[in-house]
Parts: sequence; structure tokens; C-alpha cells
Amino acid sequence: MSVQLTVNGNPVRTDLDPETPLLWFLRDELGLTGTKFGCGIAHCGACAVIVEGNSVRSCVTPVARLDGKRVTTIEGLSSDNSHPVQRAWITEQVAQCGYCQSGQIMSAAALLAANKNPTDEEINRAMSGNICRCGTYVRIRRAIHRAASDMRETAR
Amino acid sequence: MRITVWILAGLIAISNLFAQDTQKDGGLRAFRDVASVLTSPRCVNCHVPVGSPPLQGDDSHPHNMQVARGTDGKGDNPTMRCSNCHQDTNVSTLHGPPGAPGWSMPPAAAPMAWYGHSAGQVCRALKDPQTNGNRSFSDLIRHVTSENLVNWGWNPGPGRTLPPLSHQQFVDAFKVWVAAGAPCPE
Repeated sequence: MSVQLTVNGNPVRTDLDPETPLLWFLRDELGLTGTKFGCGIAHCGACAVIVEGNSVRSCVTPVARLDGKRVTTIEGLSSDNSHPVQRAWITEQVAQCGYCQSGQIMSAAALLAANKNPTDEEINRAMSGNICRCGTYVRIRRAIHRAASDMRETAR
Repeated sequence: MRITVWILAGLIAISNLFAQDTQKDGGLRAFRDVASVLTSPRCVNCHVPVGSPPLQGDDSHPHNMQVARGTDGKGDNPTMRCSNCHQDTNVSTLHGPPGAPGWSMPPAAAPMAWYGHSAGQVCRALKDPQTNGNRSFSDLIRHVTSENLVNWGWNPGPGRTLPPLSHQQFVDAFKVWVAAGAPCPE
């Protein structure tokens, strides 16, 4: 079975076993290694990518489900780290070890695409599926508020 | 002659009453079996009241990650849609997300909440189109017979117990209950 999808704006096709997790297709076949393997059972969020606007766990998502879908990885969020969430991440110096941050950034981007001005509570709930073992949650929330503010400014 | 007719009519009336009682008793017994499934963790973990998160595990603890129902029963924001993690099949690894086509909770408008309710309350909610998703009895039989998420209850993946009856026993009991006029326990 051949699966055709769009990854970071580029049409791609794969004949891999349809049950192959999207994560391995991205990393091993396309060389997009920004998306990380964490727990492998959708509990930590390190592997999050955006599929049709939703923050999907690529470690458990079979490629067969992606037929005809648009996938955005951390590499496709911007070509020069200029996405408001990426800029805010740098400004707020969010990352400590950094392993979770690509998943965190993708979930934050998905949240802000749907909610331009989230409250602390909305951020906490939306980001609860992304775990940071370094405990940088306060900086993550601050960066999301900053990115939201930048996005609202730009939209004016 | 006249006395004989009256006696016969009386006997028929009494036997009809007994038959009705027997049928109702059979329906109530069948519903006890139905309720044992509906209130098992495989069903009740998603059949929770509005405002409650979905539950997880055989101990029915709140779903990790602050997951919420949303209006359509499929999650309340783009980072927390059910299908972000739940696929069309179970992840075979222990503690991996279970899955079936259309994975979701009942929608907020018809939550079909069984959690914490008595068998009588579940019975009345199940029959009422206002609370059962506007389903007729034939819709309900179809739902318990062939709905993907119902069938998943008997294929829940590793680490999750099965409901107390087989799927066939559950469906049979459901049909007996409906045929008996769907009586509800107090």
C-alpha cells in the first residue's frame, strides 16, 4: 500500500508497512530528526508533530493514517526559526536539556493557531500532554504568553 | 354453564397477569446483566457526567493529561483531541493508548453518563431519547451489537479486564430486556 502525504509543504510518498509509526518515517526515511522518540506510547509528547492542525503523537500514529494529510514537523514550522513560538522560546531561554522542546513547541504552535490569547489555565491544560523532565514549565508558559502577544501584535 | 365461563375467564386473566409478571421479572433480570456490563470500567470510563474527564484503568482514575470531552466528545482543543493519541487499533504495548475507529466519548449534548449511577438510573437514562442520543430501541440494539467502541470493550488491549459477560451474552440480555418492555429497577 502506498501512502501519499505532505510533509512541511512537500508531497512525499512511502511504500513502508502501513503500520510503521510516522516518527520512524520522518526520522529514518526523510531524515527529519528534530522530532524525538521519548516514551513510545504517547505519554510524553516528545514526538508531537502537527497533523491538520492537531498536535499528534507520531510514535503511535501509523503512516497509513496520514494518507492525503498535511504534516508539519519542527523543521517545517519556519525556515529560519522565526515562528513566534520559536522566537519566544529563545527569548525566554526555555530549554534546559532541550529533549522535549520540539514536541513542546509543536503543541504550543497548535494551541496558538486555535487560541490567540490563552489563559494560564488553558495553557496548562493544552500542554499537559507534553512532559518536561527538567521542569521548565514556568518558562514554557511564559514563552507561550509571549508568542501569543507577538502574534496578536503582528495581526494588528 | 355461566359459572364455568366466569371461572375460565378468571383463570385466563390470572394467567395473563402471571405471564406479564414473569416477562417483567425476566426483563429486570436481563437488565441486571446489561447493567453489569454498562457499569464495568470498559464502558463507564467514558460514560461519565458532563464536566468529568474520561477515566482510565480498571480503577477508573481520571485520564492523565487533563483530557476533556469537548463539545463533540473528541477532545477540547487541538493539542488534546482523542485521535492525537488514540488510533483505529490498540497500541499493543502495555499502557499504550487503546484504540478503535471513531475513538471518543459521548458528546456533551448526550453524555449517556452511567458512572456513579444505580442500575435504575442507568436504565431510565438509557431509555430516554433526551439522554440516549435520541436512539430508539432498535437503534440501541444496533449500537450494542455493532458499534466499534462497544465492540472494543471485548478487545481492550493489554492490562485491561473484560466486561463480566461475553459480548454475545450482553447483546442477548439486552434483547431480552427490550422484548420484555424494557422494565427498569427502582
